[in-house]
Parts: sequence; structure tokens; C-alpha cells
Amino acid sequence: MSLPDAKEPLLHEISVPGRRAYRLPPMDVPIAEAVSDLLPGVALRQEAPQLPECSELQVVRHFTRLSRLNFAIDTGFYPLGSCTMKYNPKVDDEIANLPGLRDVHPYAPADCVQGALAVLWQLERALCTLAGMDAFSLQPAAGAHGELAGMFICAAYHKSRGEPHRTRVVVPDSAHGTNPASAAMAGFDVVEVPSDHRGNVDLHQLRSVCDERLAAVMLTNPNTLGLWEEQMEEVSRAVHGCGGLLYYDGANANAIVGRVRPGDMGFDICHLNLHKTFSTPHGMGGPGAGPVGVARHLTPFLPSPRVQRVDSPGEATARYVLTSTPESIGRVRAFYGNFAVLVRALAYIRTHGGDGLAEVSGHAVLAANYLLALLREDLPPAIDRQPMHEFVADGTALARHGSLRAIDLCKALLDRGFHAPTMYFPLIVKEALMIEPTETEPREVLEAFAAAVREIVVTSTGADAPGSFPTETPIRRMDEVNAARHPVLRWNTTT
Amino acid sequence: MEEYPDDRRYTEEHEWIQSENGQQGGVQAVVGITDHAQCALGDIVFVELPAIGSDLHQGEAFGTVESVKSVSDLYAPASGRVVAINAALNEHPEYVNEDPYGRGWMVRIELTAPAELDRLLDAGAYERLVSGS
Repeated sequence: MSLPDAKEPLLHEISVPGRRAYRLPPMDVPIAEAVSDLLPGVALRQEAPQLPECSELQVVRHFTRLSRLNFAIDTGFYPLGSCTMKYNPKVDDEIANLPGLRDVHPYAPADCVQGALAVLWQLERALCTLAGMDAFSLQPAAGAHGELAGMFICAAYHKSRGEPHRTRVVVPDSAHGTNPASAAMAGFDVVEVPSDHRGNVDLHQLRSVCDERLAAVMLTNPNTLGLWEEQMEEVSRAVHGCGGLLYYDGANANAIVGRVRPGDMGFDICHLNLHKTFSTPHGMGGPGAGPVGVARHLTPFLPSPRVQRVDSPGEATARYVLTSTPESIGRVRAFYGNFAVLVRALAYIRTHGGDGLAEVSGHAVLAANYLLALLREDLPPAIDRQPMHEFVADGTALARHGSLRAIDLCKALLDRGFHAPTMYFPLIVKEALMIEPTETEPREVLEAFAAAVREIVVTSTGADAPGSFPTETPIRRMDEVNAARHPVLRWNTTT
Repeated sequence: MEEYPDDRRYTEEHEWIQSENGQQGGVQAVVGITDHAQCALGDIVFVELPAIGSDLHQGEAFGTVESVKSVSDLYAPASGRVVAINAALNEHPEYVNEDPYGRGWMVRIELTAPAELDRLLDAGAYERLVSGS
């Protein structure tokens, strides 16, 4: 495998004083106001910032070389569990790049952007159909953002019913870390309940916290072990029986899209990660979209404004308007949310259709089960049940062959051109490896990945230095401990 | 080989507590995490401890320990007021890995209910707990 040199200098290091790239033409209008008239003195800097001075070609080469060091779904298999790193069809990018959608100004009056509003309205209806919810807000910009909005909705709902004493949000010990974080950010006390021996939330323990203090229970289904919650109806009865709400974390919706609906499982609030399930390139921080949906009794509390469709008798075409409710928790994001992500999601949904989406989840589950069947001798599942779209392996089995640990296997996979799976999550599994192949990988890739794992395990037997993997990548084993203990976060111009 | 000294008590959440009688009448105790815990967590990179003077309640979280693998809550083995914290862990979180029962101690508390310690595990019971898991 040929990879570019990792020792790419910083732009500051190739900077030469006075070197320029593009030059702005001279100002041909009078300056209306000087900056010093607009900003207070303390905000004005006394000297120019130290920006790198490079030619255009140098900048192009710098970023092109860096981009060749990237690992992406467009360059290789990326089985990062819970992240759903599937192929994002290029047609969705094309559609999001249509000038009429791309060039819309966020301050344009609603009358001038009826087409863009129609896209938002259609997407909201599609998500409602897929999730079994009454309404969605498209504003949240990520899954955790949708969770936070959902928790605010939960708080507003209980307050409206005169039950502000519902201060507890319950999460299972297998939950994504964002669940307790979102609940805590919204002011709730977080209570953790354990999982049972089959990987389900422990029903007995859950019932013991279902009382007049319960605001909501947050669940992922399938959960972070990749396993279907087998007692969903009992969970729903227990939560609703004591007046609590049930929140669906949609991070794993790729396992169920087009087949099962959170609303039908009893969930009152739900977010969907559009960048995972509905194709937007993601990883390394976005942009994403995490629309939050609700059942009918919670619709008035959704973030506002939302797009409503108005059909008037005698008018050929419907009009789209922005509306708010007095009970709304308010805005959670400027303008319409991450509009281009929303466009891609609608394009993905419309190009697949309902049957196509059911095939997506079916193939995602099939791929995970096939890969587990290939790998289970070296990587047995933490809980031996049929997984959904991903599975969690117990990496302690690797130690049978010597000193190989989960992290070493992950690093060795990089040498073979594969992205590592998610490791050390969920926290309830020792040496956890969470593997999500997604529906878009051909069978040969799954087999090549399994063969690579086998080869690493076999060749590492007796090897005394699995801690030195990877050996072929531009940058070798990172000193993660030192980086975490003594982070250097700032490049100093004097060095 | 993991060690469990028998001069202290243990929790099921993998903290240890060692009481020291006699200082100004009250009973003080030192709290840390076990050898088994530091082994399972791996290289520890950050320990977040409560402020001196804050009150701990048995079984409730009082801080966090972050390793390269995960972030975990620390649970109070007993109730009491924090009278000292191991500030050296700010610069040297690796002490918890190197010497979990000594230099890796975390907080010293003035116990409000010393009898709470009787409900905790002794070294033998703790060893059976972790060897069974």
C-alpha cells in the first residue's frame, strides 16, 4: 500500500514574507465606515495577525496532500460501530448542489423560497411516516442536539401538567454517552439501570425506578450491543404506567428503517441521525442533522418555527408558511437547521422509496450477521444472540493467542487498509469491539475483512510486540496516553 | 497479579477505603480505586476530584476517572466531608496505575457515619467478587 508522506509541513512553516496568492482588486467604492468606528477599542488589534504567506499552488498542494492522508468511506471499508459509515450516494450530493437549493439565502422571505420550504415539509412528513411520529422539528444539527431538544420538550411537557417534580431520567448502562449528557444538560438527574444477561435493559431494575419522580427513559433499539430489546412492550407499559415518557435514540435506526417504527414501539420522543441513516458524509464532526420527532401529545412543545402547508380552495398550488406555538421550547438552531443535509435526506428517502428503505435495513442486518459468522471463532459475540445491524465482540478472546488486545487488532487492521471498528464501547463489555459493516459493502469486502482479522490473529501468535502496530501507515502507533496527559493544543510561532 | 490488602474495605464499584482513628476525635478515611479497577481502566489520564469541604454520600458519585478507554464515575464508599484531596494526581494521574493503594489515593474524608464501613466488602469478599466476574 502506497501512502503519501505524513511529514507535511504546516502552512506557517512554508510561509515566506510577502508571498501572495490571489490579490483583491482595489476598492472602487468609498469606505462608508471605518472599522475603528464600528468596534470598541478593546476589540481592535494593534498589529496584524500572523497569517501564513503562500502561493496558491502551495496551498493547493498542501491540502491535496493532507486529503490523501484521510481515511474515508470513499477509500475503504469503515466498520465503525454505531456510526453507520455507509456509502452516501453521489446523486444526493448532486441534488443538494442544485443552484435553486444551494444558493437560497437564509433571510429570504418565505414567499420567495417556497420550493425550499416544500422540501422541508416533505422531509418532515417522510420522517413522521418512517418513525410513526406526529411531527418533527428539523432544526437540531446532530444526534446529541436532537436529544437535548427532546429533553427540553420532556421538561416542558411535565411542567405543563403541573409535575415539575419529575426530575429523573433513566438510561441503561449500555447507553450512548450522549444520553446521560443530554439529560444532565437539560437539568435532569440521571439514573443508570443495568442490563440483564441477554443484553436487554433489566426489567426488574427498570420497574423499581418507575415512580412519580420519573421524567423519561432513554433507550436505543437495537441497543449498543446491536441487540433487539426483547421486552419493549413491558418497558413501554412500565414507563407510561407511572406517567413517564419514552425517548428513542435513533443512532441505530439503520437496523429498523422501513420495518419497525419507534412510535409503534411506544416511544413518545425520537431523534433520527440523518447523516447516519439517510446519507450525508460524516465523521470528524459534521455537519449533520438530528431532527427530533414527537407523538401528538407533545407536538405543541416542538422547537419552532416549523413549516406548515396551507391548501386553499381555488388555489392551484399549496403555500408553505412558518408557524410557531406558544408552548414551543423555541429555536434550537439558526434558520432552518443544516439545510443541505436535510435535502440529501429527502433525496435518499425519495430515491429508495419505502420498499427500498426496508431493503436497506434488511441488508444491513444481513451483512452484520454474515460478518459475525465469519469472525466468531476469533471474535465471539459478547452476548450470543442474533445481532441486528452491528455486533459487539468480546476482545478478551484475542488474548488466547498471546498478548493481542482489542486495540492492537484495531491498529493492525489499519496496516491492511481497513478502518478500525469502534473499540472499548459499550463500557459493559471488556475489550469491546463494535462492528457495523452497513448494507453497502459487497460480500467480498466482508470476506476480505474477516480474512485480515484471521491473519492478524494467526501471525500475532507468539509475536512479542503487537503494541507496535501499525507498521505500514504514514504515522505509526500514537502515544495516546502522553497526548491525553500532556496535550499540546497550540502551535507557537516562536518555536 | 492483582493485590487486595486486608487493611481496608472495598465497594462493589471497585473503590477502597481505609479508616484512620484518632485525629482530632473524628474518624478520617482515605479513598482510592482498586488494583483491579486501574488494570481494567488502563492508562489513566485524568482524575476529577471534589472540592475540599464538599459532602460525600455513600453510594453517590463524587468524581470521575478518565483513562484512554473510558470515563468512569467514582462512588463514595462512605459518607463524609472532604478534608483533603490528592492534588498530585493533577500532574501525575499515572500514580493511580502505579500505586493504587498508596500514592494513587484520591480523597481523605471525615466520616459522618463510620458504621457504614461495616456494610462494605473485606479483602476476601472483594477478591471473590472480581475473580468471579
